[in-house]
Amino acid sequence: MTAFVIRRLMQAVLVVFLMSLIVFFGVNVIGDPVDMLISPDADQSEIERTIRALGLDRPIGEQYLYFLKGVASGDFGNSFIFGEPALKLILQHMPATVELALVSLIMAVILGIPLGFIAGLHPERRLSRGIMAASILGFSLPTFWVGLMLIMLFAVTLGWLPSTGRGDTAVFLGVESSLWTRDGLGHIFLPALNLALTNISLVIRLTRAGVRETMHQDYIKFARAKGLPESRVVGVHLMKNILIPIVTVLGLEFGGLLAFSVVTETIFAWPGMGKLLIDSLLQLDRPVVVAYLMIIVLFFVIINLVVDILYSALDPRVRLGDRDA
Amino acid sequence: MTVLSVEGLKTHFFTRAGVVRAVDGVDFALERGEIMGLVGESGSGKSVTGFSILGLVDAPGRVVGGKIVFQGEDLARIPESRMRTLRGAKVAMIFQDPMMTLNPVLRIDTQMVEAVLAHRKMSRREAWTLARDGLARVGIPSPEQRLRAYPHQLSGGMRQRVAIAVAFLNDPDLLIADEPTTALDVTIQAQIVHVAQTLCRDRGAALIWITHDLAVVAGLADRVAVMYAGRIVEAGPTDDVIDGPRHPYTVGLLGSVPSANRRGGRLAQIPGMTPDMLAMPDGCAFRERCPRGDAMCGSAPDVTVAAGGHAVRCFHPHDGEARA
Amino acid sequence: MSGPAETRAETPFRRFWSEFRESRIAVAALVLFTAVVVLAVLAPWITPQNPYDLAQVDVLDGKLPPGSKAFAGYTMWLGSDGAGRDLYSAILYGIRISLTVGFAAGLIALMVGAAVGLVAAYAGGRADALIMRAVDIQLSFPAVLIALVLVAILGRGVDKIIIALVAAQWAYYARTVRATALVESAKEYVEAARCLALSHSRIVFRHVLPNCLAPLIVIGTVQTASAIALESTLSFLGVGLRQTEPSLGVLISNGSEYMMSGRYWISFFPGLALLFMIVSINLVGDQLRDVLNPRLKR
Repeated sequence: MTAFVIRRLMQAVLVVFLMSLIVFFGVNVIGDPVDMLISPDADQSEIERTIRALGLDRPIGEQYLYFLKGVASGDFGNSFIFGEPALKLILQHMPATVELALVSLIMAVILGIPLGFIAGLHPERRLSRGIMAASILGFSLPTFWVGLMLIMLFAVTLGWLPSTGRGDTAVFLGVESSLWTRDGLGHIFLPALNLALTNISLVIRLTRAGVRETMHQDYIKFARAKGLPESRVVGVHLMKNILIPIVTVLGLEFGGLLAFSVVTETIFAWPGMGKLLIDSLLQLDRPVVVAYLMIIVLFFVIINLVVDILYSALDPRVRLGDRDA
Repeated sequence: MTVLSVEGLKTHFFTRAGVVRAVDGVDFALERGEIMGLVGESGSGKSVTGFSILGLVDAPGRVVGGKIVFQGEDLARIPESRMRTLRGAKVAMIFQDPMMTLNPVLRIDTQMVEAVLAHRKMSRREAWTLARDGLARVGIPSPEQRLRAYPHQLSGGMRQRVAIAVAFLNDPDLLIADEPTTALDVTIQAQIVHVAQTLCRDRGAALIWITHDLAVVAGLADRVAVMYAGRIVEAGPTDDVIDGPRHPYTVGLLGSVPSANRRGGRLAQIPGMTPDMLAMPDGCAFRERCPRGDAMCGSAPDVTVAAGGHAVRCFHPHDGEARA
Repeated sequence: MSGPAETRAETPFRRFWSEFRESRIAVAALVLFTAVVVLAVLAPWITPQNPYDLAQVDVLDGKLPPGSKAFAGYTMWLGSDGAGRDLYSAILYGIRISLTVGFAAGLIALMVGAAVGLVAAYAGGRADALIMRAVDIQLSFPAVLIALVLVAILGRGVDKIIIALVAAQWAYYARTVRATALVESAKEYVEAARCLALSHSRIVFRHVLPNCLAPLIVIGTVQTASAIALESTLSFLGVGLRQTEPSLGVLISNGSEYMMSGRYWISFFPGLALLFMIVSINLVGDQLRDVLNPRLKR
């Protein structure tokens, strides 16, 4: 187990290193570094000063080392717009995004697993067909358009829920979140649902496929032959086997949620790091963009790592056997 | 005392392509502590018969006729809630492939304790003790350690022992064993047969041993029933059937078993294939492959019973003399 | 080609079609998609106005609800947008752009991915390991993120969006082609071709590639749909196409500012068109997967 974790950890470090190469060369070689890193409002002498300050007149290899050094010490430069360190800005916006992604993940599980079970246990029922049709729609619907329609319906036409912003937050157990206030809950519902849409469909499909495959396994029949109540057969024997792939995929999807929150946050004016990215892109605030990209890469690598370890903890066959065996 | 009596059992599968009559009128009865071998080729309906008794036939299959009287109750007609209290308590079953019967993500103790608690009011601790004793009884060394294991940590033979231990946890009066040795090595097979046999004898449980292997049945069962295409074509005391088979199908089946005292001779084959279950011919289902088949076989033969309860469903049975 | 050979060549397609037809929903989706494409292609001849010819657009017609009469006399069945453009016309023109970008990106990504996948499978060893590692790493990031990175580096515009979409999607094709090609390469006919000392390119293009076509077509449809969705998403966010290249995403984005005042139609109808396009492609893709998947055949 330890050897496995160490091996995965080394792999993760390698990926982060590779991505820093790509982001660095993306910004500095493919794009015009002066254009990318210096505020367009700067005058000529300022540009030259900055070029020297950033070391852009030095060889590219040296520049990369310089960049790495900055990254290692958490220094991505200052935002052109806010004049604050880019990293600090992103960290400030991160809790809102993580909160949104978590809530939508929970929504995907609470809605997706029961619906998937219905569709898998009774595939011939009309309800099941309806669920599957809806899940195809959930995959195909463009997220941003659904977001607009949600606002249209629930905020504008019906007036039930607020359309934009994060609402009131409160501190509970040392965590500041909008989940602790009624107003905050009202604000997070629509964006979280919007963000969860694809994942609800995904969980429905995964659950249904898992149920249909596992249902006919001998060990389910054997569990029934033991005279277990149906609730235990489905809730423990079936569920535990299906949960493994779902947890894996959902864990991986958490990164996708962070990335896709870019869209949802923009529509619902949710003050997270996704909205910060789009604002920075539109205002050419490049240090923030670079910092965002490196942070999200780091996030992804960590998530992949955690999922791998979780996976091996859930599935005894992986935990005890060697993965490569 | 009769533990189980099956009369005219019919289990059909309603597929898109048509109705498959997997079990089409099966009768037999089992005394307390009796061991019956239910023999047949794959697709003959022997496993479906077993699942029908437990009420575990998968859709699109369903018991459509007949009675399954177990200790005075007709299992074909009792509600599912009642059936559940019998399953695993009074009637237990073990399956063909020990690699597949235990849930891979649950520990052995979880799977055994839940089986106890599903039927008895007792503490988890007491159930655990029962489970441990159960494992010891089927000859598993250091049972306490095994209880904490996951199925994949045990060998196939070990897992089948665990399955048998699970089946006996609640002292059943009837055990249905669905080809429990088919997936195992020959040496392990003998051990498993021995364990199951001893447990049944000790506890007075009746046993239905479903298999395609006549050799296993010969040494194990008190009586044998031979199934072909959803029906029992021959049944009787094991020695009578093995030594003096009367149905041409049984004769063919025995002829195709290698035997030490016929070494060097050519093994006989039964020509043809099992009939298409969707388009079952009228009359005797075996007549197309039968050396004795004639026009008469176009209508269904009735059962004739000879002395000693040796029954056969055939118009032209062999005389039942012991083969040389 | 001689007569009998021709009928033989026709049979696989006929069989394919008769299997495809089994799903009525898939056929309906195909019809819908074809209709959308035809409408888009014919847009200049069947729309009441060219929404990007300023001479034909009247600002006084702006924000009219569906069914209103335009100043020029025709009925705006789907209403008009903020600049006074007839939405029906704008949508058909928008579909042209969305489809062009989606198909172009899909096709290029397919070719790039197939080439990389074939090389990986055929070369094997280190090259294969290296390529697939890169593919794995890329696939662990969502496509929208990769596209955003590239748009951040490259900037806006049709050509840049296509590059971004290709970069975001080639890995899916590469993985699929490699997997299929590996299976095919292990088969005896490739062994036979190698024994005949046929050139590598001949073996790869004439023997291995044709056998990878079925899975390529299947993921091609799905990925094209997702390319269209991705482009519209980027355009909606304001980092994709420019106002002068008004795809459906740009139209929806323009309409979103009128949402709060209840003028739903400016965003609603272009979104509906987008939805029809994506859903119909996905449904066709679903059925293609069922029909072309040899594992599901008996």
